Amino acid sequence: MSNNKGRYGIFGGQYIPETLMNEVIQLEKAYEKYKVDENFNKELNFLLEKYAGRPSLLYFAKNMTEDLGGARIYLKREDLNHTGSHKINNVLGQVLLAKYMGKTRVIAETGAGQHGVATATAAALLGLECEIFMGKEDTERQSLNVYRMELLGAKVHPVTSGTMTLKDAVNETMREWATRTHDTLYVLGSVMGPHPFPMIVRDFQSIISKEAREQILEYEGKLPKAVIACIGGGSNAMGAFYNFINDKEVRLIGAEAAGKGVDTELHAASMTKGKLGIFHGMKSYFCQDECGQITPVYSISAGLDYPGVGPEHAYLKDSKRAEYVPITDEEAVCAFEYLSKIEGIIPAIESAHAVAHAIKIAKEFGKNDNIIICLSGRGDKDVAAMARYRGKQISE
Amino acid sequence: MKNRIQNAFNNKKAFIAFIPAGDPDLESTEEFIFALEKAGTDLIELGIPFSDPIADGIVIQKANLRALAGGVNIEKIFDMVKKVRIKTQIPLAFLTYLNPVFNYSYEEFFKKCAETGIDGLIIPDLPFEEQSEIKEYSEKYEVDIISFIAPTSKDRIETIAKEARGFIYAASSMGVTGVRAKITTDLKSMIDTAKKVSNTPCAVGFGINTAEQIREIEKIADGSIVGSAIVKIIEEHGKNAAPHIEKYVKTLRSLN
Repeated sequence: MSNNKGRYGIFGGQYIPETLMNEVIQLEKAYEKYKVDENFNKELNFLLEKYAGRPSLLYFAKNMTEDLGGARIYLKREDLNHTGSHKINNVLGQVLLAKYMGKTRVIAETGAGQHGVATATAAALLGLECEIFMGKEDTERQSLNVYRMELLGAKVHPVTSGTMTLKDAVNETMREWATRTHDTLYVLGSVMGPHPFPMIVRDFQSIISKEAREQILEYEGKLPKAVIACIGGGSNAMGAFYNFINDKEVRLIGAEAAGKGVDTELHAASMTKGKLGIFHGMKSYFCQDECGQITPVYSISAGLDYPGVGPEHAYLKDSKRAEYVPITDEEAVCAFEYLSKIEGIIPAIESAHAVAHAIKIAKEFGKNDNIIICLSGRGDKDVAAMARYRGKQISE
Repeated sequence: MKNRIQNAFNNKKAFIAFIPAGDPDLESTEEFIFALEKAGTDLIELGIPFSDPIADGIVIQKANLRALAGGVNIEKIFDMVKKVRIKTQIPLAFLTYLNPVFNYSYEEFFKKCAETGIDGLIIPDLPFEEQSEIKEYSEKYEVDIISFIAPTSKDRIETIAKEARGFIYAASSMGVTGVRAKITTDLKSMIDTAKKVSNTPCAVGFGINTAEQIREIEKIADGSIVGSAIVKIIEEHGKNAAPHIEKYVKTLRSLN
C-alpha cells in the first residue's frame, strides 16, 4: 500500500528537516536489506518467542460473551507479553535493526512510559545505550515508569519545552536525533512520523493480526465480524488490523480517546475532531486550531494522549476500510472495571477504550459471530490513577 | 516586482538576520526590522510562529511561544509586512513550518506573499523531496523556496543545489538552531559541492554569533545567518530591544 516515498493515498511522506533526511534514507535501505535477511529474522523470531513470549494468547472471554449476549468475544492478549504491552513487538525489531546497522545508541520518546520501558528493555538486552525523552509532566505523573527505565539502564530526560507532554517528547527526540545521527537510531513508538517509520512499526506490529487471524480460524473456523483496537498514534490498531485489511467482510474499528467528550476541548480525538495537516514528518489528521497550531490534547490515558494519528490509519479512514469512534474517559474507566471484575483481567486504560466499544456493539452481532478485541496492554500501571478517578487516594 | 533576494548578494557578502514576528508584539517587530536594516542587514528572515518548531533550539522555541501567546497570526503578520514594505526594499523571507502554511491554503499564502512583498519562504520541515507540495505556487507567484543543505546531505547536495532558488541555506552543523561555541563541519567542501552545480548563493546558519565566525564563513560562502543570538536580545529587552539589536549587528559587521 505504501510506495517508495511512504504514501498511503495522500497521507504520509517525509516532512522533516534536511539534517534528518540522510538518516531516514539510510534507515529505509537498512530495513529493506535486513527484513529479508535470514540471520536477522532468525534472531528476531527467537527473541519474540523466547524473550517476549509470543505467540500471545487469543482468549475466549466466556463470561463477557454470556453477559453481553451477542457476539462471541475474543481477547488478543498483548498484555501478556514481556513488559506488559504490544510495544515490545516493535522495539525488539527496531533495536535489533539498530544493532545490525552498527548503531550503539538508541533514543525514544515516551508518553506514559510504556514505549520508553520497552525500548530500555530491548536496549538492555541487546547491549545498546538508551536515552528516553519524556514530557516533564508525564515524568511526574508516571514516576514509577521513570524509575523502571532507569533500573533498566536508560537515561531519562524530562522535556520542559511546549506543553511538556508526548508531542513535545517527540519534538525533542527528533531534535536530539538531528544532533547525533552517526551512532544513534531513533526508535519511534508508533506508526507515525516520517517514512519509513509508519511502515517499519506496522510491519513489526502486524504479528498481532497474523497470529490472531490464524488463531481465530483454528478456534472458530471463520473470520471475525470485527476487530477492535484502541488508537492514539495507532501502533496496536495497525498491528491488529493489518492482516485483516484484505478480508473485506471484517470490520476494523479504532477506538480513540474522547477524554471529557468530543464537544469539549479536553480530548485527543484526532480522527473525529482533527483536520488534515502536516506535522511530525507526516501528512495526516491532527488536532489543531484555526491557524494550524497544534493544540494541546487530553485523555485519562497517557498512551492515547497524542494530537495526531498514523498516516495509514488516515488512509483507512478516508477509504472507508476502517471506522474510528470516540470513547470518553468515563466509558473507558467503566470498561476497565468491567473487564477486571468479569474476566479477572485488568486491562491498560488505553485498551479499555477498545473494550468499551466492544461492550457497546457486541449485541449487534449474532451468537455464532465472533469479534476480536486487541488487549494492547495490562493495567497494573493504571491502578492508582483509576482509584484517584473514583476518589480514592492511594500511593503507588 | 522583481524578486529582491539577489540584491542581498550583489557584489557583497550578505548578512542575514532572523527575528520572530510578533515577539513581543508586531509593532516591535516593525521597529526591529528597521534597526536591522540600519545596522547593515542585507536580508531579514521573519519567523511566523509555530507551536512545535522541531528544527529550532530552545531560544527560538521560546520566542515562538511568546509570539503565539501575544496573539499573533499569519493575517496580522501580512498586514505588518505590507506596512513595512512601503518604507523599505530590504529583501524579506518568511521562516515557518509547513502546517500553518498548509492550513492557510498554499495558493492564498503565496498570493499574499507576492502582494505584500515577501521574496522567499524558508520551511525547515519541507525537505527537497517534498517541495512539490508548493513548487507550482512558488513559480506562479515568484516567491522563492529556500532549500537547506546539511553536513549529512552528501550526494544530495548536488541534487538540491541544482534546483535551488533565492539562496541555499547551509546548516553549519547537525542539530537545531542555537548558539554554538565551535563549528567543526567541513563547510568548505559542502559549499564547494553546491557551487560546482549552481550559481545560487550559499549562506551559512546555525550557531553563528560572533564577528570572527562570520569572517571565517565569508571566506568560503556568500553570506551568514544569525538568529538565536538576536532572539536572545529580544528575550532580554522585549519592546526596548531595537537599539540593542542595532548595536549587536553593527558589532558583527565591524570586522568586515
